[in-house]
Amino acid sequence: MNNAIKIDVAEDKSIFGFWIYLMTDLIMFAALFATYTVLHGNTFGGPTSRELFDLPFALIETLILLTSSFTCGLAMLATHRDDRNQVLLWFGVTFLLGIAFLGMEFSEFSRLFADGNSFQKNAFLSSFFTLVGTHGLHITIGLFWMLLLLIQIMRRGLTSSVMRKLTLLSLFWHFLDIVWIFIFTIIYLMGLV
Amino acid sequence: MKIQSTLSSYIAGFVLSVVFTLLAYFAVVNHVASGATVITIIIGLAVVQLIVQLLFFLHIGQESKPRWNLTFFLSTASIVFLIVVASLWIMNHLNYNMMPSASTNQQIFKNEGIRK
Repeated sequence: MNNAIKIDVAEDKSIFGFWIYLMTDLIMFAALFATYTVLHGNTFGGPTSRELFDLPFALIETLILLTSSFTCGLAMLATHRDDRNQVLLWFGVTFLLGIAFLGMEFSEFSRLFADGNSFQKNAFLSSFFTLVGTHGLHITIGLFWMLLLLIQIMRRGLTSSVMRKLTLLSLFWHFLDIVWIFIFTIIYLMGLV
Repeated sequence: MKIQSTLSSYIAGFVLSVVFTLLAYFAVVNHVASGATVITIIIGLAVVQLIVQLLFFLHIGQESKPRWNLTFFLSTASIVFLIVVASLWIMNHLNYNMMPSASTNQQIFKNEGIRK
């Protein structure tokens, strides 16, 4: 086995291992979804999902995150072409879109808290903040990771190690967008049905 | 259906996802159907968008054999299905069997054929 093949095998293993982690993460989100669905009517006399959720706002969040998943894909295509500037550009755009998403989510949470609708109010809100908050925490960590990798690209260029890490990050980012599809559908869309 | 990791696959995946998102959004906002129907529609659209993103963004199932990523994903999907469906089923039956509200009480009377 020469060194090139050894690197490939090591990369395959880490990508596969990360994939298994993502599957366990999916199971955790499933448990949070099930909890939310069971508890979403338990408002303890407080406002319901219909009264609290701003659907156009959530739609914009959804489209922002979806676009960031797309630009992440464009960035990965650029890594295959070994085009360092395009990689930096597209991951930069992905990062900014992620920040925009997080900013919107933060403002939504702030508004809910300010109106007294915090996670302490009832089971519905506890499960809402746990589910959406966990997703938001994942996004935050992903953005930190993205920032660190952007710095690594600038300092070391597109080495095979950097490319492996970018692959893992892009898997993570696409996965988060997929989870958000269901958050949007089950929490926001169904909240208004 | 082989979907290579190309520009066209990402563009197609993006456009399809936006379309399904907007379809679901307008299905709810424009009240195209009653409760249960529209819920089925939006969940169906979510599942289709999931598959689109899995194929076009994550390229699931495109790897060479043995397809471990696909295998693990399918087993996870089964577990997820079980967790969500079984939780809802159990909690629904629990609500029915214990401490019912007035409306559930009426349902029980009707279902069990109890007459006051």
